[in-house]
Amino acid sequence: MYSVPKLEDFSPASLDAAAAELLAALDSESKSAESQAASDPKAFEEFRNRWMARKNGLLTQVNDLWLKVAPGPAKRDVGQRVNALKQKAEALVAEAEQVAASSGLAAKLKSESVDISLPGIARPLGVRHPVLRTLDELISVFVKMGYSIAEGPEIESDYYNFEALNFPPNHPARDTQDTLFIANQEQRQQRDRLLLRTHTSPVQIRTMEKLEPPVRVICPGKVHRNDAPDATHSPVFHQLEGLCVDTNITFGDLKGTLDHAMKSLFGSDVKTSFRPSFFPFTEPSVEVSISCPFCGGKGCRPCKQSGWIELLGAGMVDPNVFGFVDYDPKKLSGFAFGMGVERLAMMTYNVDDIQQFFYGDMRFLEQFS
Amino acid sequence: MKISANWVRDFVSPAVSDRDVAEALTVSGIAIEGYFGEGADETWEAEITTNRVDAMNHYGVAREVSAIYNLDLAPIDPKVSTSVPADFPIVIDDAAGCARYTARIVRGVKIAPAPVEIAHRLELIDQRSISNVADATNYVLNEIGQPTHAFDLDKLEGGKIIVRRARAGEVLTTLDGVERKLAPEDLVIADAVKPVAIAGVMGGESTMITYSTKNVLIESAWFDPASVRRTARRLGMHTDASHRYERGADPGITQLACARVAELIVASAGGVASQEIDVIARTIPQPRIPLSSSEVQRILGVEVASTEIIRILHRLGFVIEGSGPEFRITVPTWRLDVEREIDLIEEVARIYSYLRIPNTLPSFAGGVVELPNARKQAELRSRLLALGYNESLSSTFIPQEDARFFVEGAANAEPVRIANPLSEEASFLRTSLVPGLLLQVAYNLNRGNSEVRLFEAGHVYAMQGETVDEHNSLAFVGTGAARESSVHGKPESLNFFHVKGDVERLLAAFEAPQVTFDRTVPTWLHPGRAARAKVGDATVAIFGQLHPEIAAARKLKQDVFIAEVFVEALYKLALHQPTYTPISKYPAVERDFSFVLPDGVEFESIRQKLSALAIPEFKAILPAETFRGGSLAAGTYSFLLRVRFQSAERTLRDDEVANWALQIVKAVQALGGSLRQ
Repeated sequence: MYSVPKLEDFSPASLDAAAAELLAALDSESKSAESQAASDPKAFEEFRNRWMARKNGLLTQVNDLWLKVAPGPAKRDVGQRVNALKQKAEALVAEAEQVAASSGLAAKLKSESVDISLPGIARPLGVRHPVLRTLDELISVFVKMGYSIAEGPEIESDYYNFEALNFPPNHPARDTQDTLFIANQEQRQQRDRLLLRTHTSPVQIRTMEKLEPPVRVICPGKVHRNDAPDATHSPVFHQLEGLCVDTNITFGDLKGTLDHAMKSLFGSDVKTSFRPSFFPFTEPSVEVSISCPFCGGKGCRPCKQSGWIELLGAGMVDPNVFGFVDYDPKKLSGFAFGMGVERLAMMTYNVDDIQQFFYGDMRFLEQFS
Repeated sequence: MKISANWVRDFVSPAVSDRDVAEALTVSGIAIEGYFGEGADETWEAEITTNRVDAMNHYGVAREVSAIYNLDLAPIDPKVSTSVPADFPIVIDDAAGCARYTARIVRGVKIAPAPVEIAHRLELIDQRSISNVADATNYVLNEIGQPTHAFDLDKLEGGKIIVRRARAGEVLTTLDGVERKLAPEDLVIADAVKPVAIAGVMGGESTMITYSTKNVLIESAWFDPASVRRTARRLGMHTDASHRYERGADPGITQLACARVAELIVASAGGVASQEIDVIARTIPQPRIPLSSSEVQRILGVEVASTEIIRILHRLGFVIEGSGPEFRITVPTWRLDVEREIDLIEEVARIYSYLRIPNTLPSFAGGVVELPNARKQAELRSRLLALGYNESLSSTFIPQEDARFFVEGAANAEPVRIANPLSEEASFLRTSLVPGLLLQVAYNLNRGNSEVRLFEAGHVYAMQGETVDEHNSLAFVGTGAARESSVHGKPESLNFFHVKGDVERLLAAFEAPQVTFDRTVPTWLHPGRAARAKVGDATVAIFGQLHPEIAAARKLKQDVFIAEVFVEALYKLALHQPTYTPISKYPAVERDFSFVLPDGVEFESIRQKLSALAIPEFKAILPAETFRGGSLAAGTYSFLLRVRFQSAERTLRDDEVANWALQIVKAVQALGGSLRQ
């Protein structure tokens, strides 16, 4: 290893030879320090200390061994040459330091690299229930059209679920409702007997009892029927009901409103169709179909190859219903509509078994993420 | 019901295809939902709404076709000899139950299979051909909708028919061979001795037509809908006849139907028909209703010409007085569903076609009003979703044991029982969301989904005197790992503090200055790993680990953590309204204190002691570490407390921090703790 020699004579030739030897050693050591920097971050530090340390570094030694001991007449020349040498040496070290630093960082970054093909750490995000997500979308369409949200109890009296909706006692239309009744109600008046509401329509009555017209509400909610569970039936399901009452509300308004809502929901290409139906609480009554938004009307599984999907029941509010809530049917008119949410969710998400909505199966729910 | 296209064409035959007719019918209110057969054998599956009993037969459907296409409807005009007098007394004892009873007698019939054309038509519409006489009544039912019945005349004892209520203790074996116990509210057809038919529901076996029948009595009557319905329901019977009577048969058609049956019997079974016996106990009024064009326009939003109104109603059999814009409309006997002007407007609208009414949008001057708790509900929901819980829906129905077990103070609140439940396990309304979520946890674990995070918001129910108390509740459940084992790191199991943290995140949505936690928890929670959260005196949540015994009983093989949040109590609080506090420019100072505490001294008591010092520069009081065992004496544990001090106004001096440190040590010493050496 190179060490600073004592000089025999201080002639320019001798000094040049010694300087050249020193620079050659410095150059070779710096190259080696640079190359070690990638693997050994201390190597460069050692190299620099060896050469540059104030106390006993090789350049300091040059001072001591060459300059300080130079005889008087040569001192000036030796001083100039040593200074030039030191400047050269410092520049070389600085240059080497840059090279070493960048190769050290590169090595560090390389050593820190990861297998980016490993899966990410998935912090769990909860998922909205597909039925409630469908309901959210329906609600937002109607809220934008000026409908407020109304709620009512799931346990209703016969009066609100049937009588005030123009289902007279013992009327065959009640048969279609498959009602679940609360026990021990026999002693009460029929209209007071409690049951699980079979539709969200009672909220219409409760809303009109509370509010003066104009009324524009939607009533989302849970309903129950005595339907044995299977792939298309559930004793628990959701409906969305709507009601619009004012002076001069017409059947044309019903059609226009539902057509607009269906286009907002499914896209402007969707067409609506209206045909007569029967509900005790509306007259005229109508069943609303939309052109199948899943196949564009060509025929697919959700539309049973027909190109159309029956989606809503609707109609003009029956004057008898207005009678129950003290609205004057001669001055007021209105329309109501209702739809099942699970059915729409099943079609939208291609779910073939309604029971899936009620198992809480993580594998099912997480598909709606 | 099944409708034969060809049969409809007996009465009206538009020059378009059967398929076009079916589609026109659908648009006008008789929904044709399926097609079968071809050519003359084409039949339709018609979905006819309960109010349209008049269209539950071929002539009724033909009447619709005649209105849609504006074509004449061929009349039905049975030819029956009228020379033989009818000498059979018929008495209506109950005018409320039976308004009219028309009968004819046919003597000398020969019972045989029905003629091919009759049998074929019935088979096309899925009706079984039985015999010439039985098929005659069935044919007429499907042709014009009137239920009729044929008795074996010689089996009627005492030579007369009485329509009366059943007597206590009377029984009747009906055509289907079942012995029916009759009740005094049941209307029956009786001979002089016994009931022979349940009026409007089913005939009796003893008087039915058999191959030895020689003489027949044809019944064609009008029975009260409510009476037929009551009896049919009580007996659990549903027949073609009761289906129509319950919905209101045509009181004006008894004679025509009776004559038509007689005509068909004579043609197919021979014999001689008698004159008609027609007993009218009361008349069913035919409404005469005012109708005005302006009301049609007010409801439909379109002007329908008077001539079109007249044409439509006329074709449907209504009698119109006036030429517009005001009319008086007399309703035909077969349209018991039409009683009011609005009903007439519907008739006009559906034949005019809903599709011709232009779409419009109503104007509106009101504003959208939010439900009072909507924002609070939405905030809880979005926080739970952000915390990684999936939204779930479970059944409303739970078994009796669960209805009582999972609710606090169950002794006072009576669960709500269903009178007609779907099953024994579903006979009560849920009193808590907890059992439903536990079922869903079990469902997941049984299928190998060991990571479960679910929440549900929904109603719970309890009897409250005469009424049902129904209120909102919320619950969430977690089981499995807080962090799963993977290449990325070691697993961490879910524990009490995860649930507590999530509860705290929910409560933080509300303006709740004083949330306290204690150990007052129901028995279904682990007594050492569960807590109650209160705001003031109100319990807002209970949460913790499911009691291991309950978990075992439900075959849940991993620790389950669950929280029930009493949202109605939370909703009484305002949503937290954030306000900005300036961020201090001065550095914070942290000091650690290593204490040895006797067991039983909980963090909460230390926190309270330090809070009581009321030093505003205490920015955080953090439990950094606890440790038991090692060189520590039994009954003690070490507790590393970290306190952060910061002032908004200045850099803190060493001496003031030292002074606070002394106060902290003194406060903890007062709890029996000592600074560790």
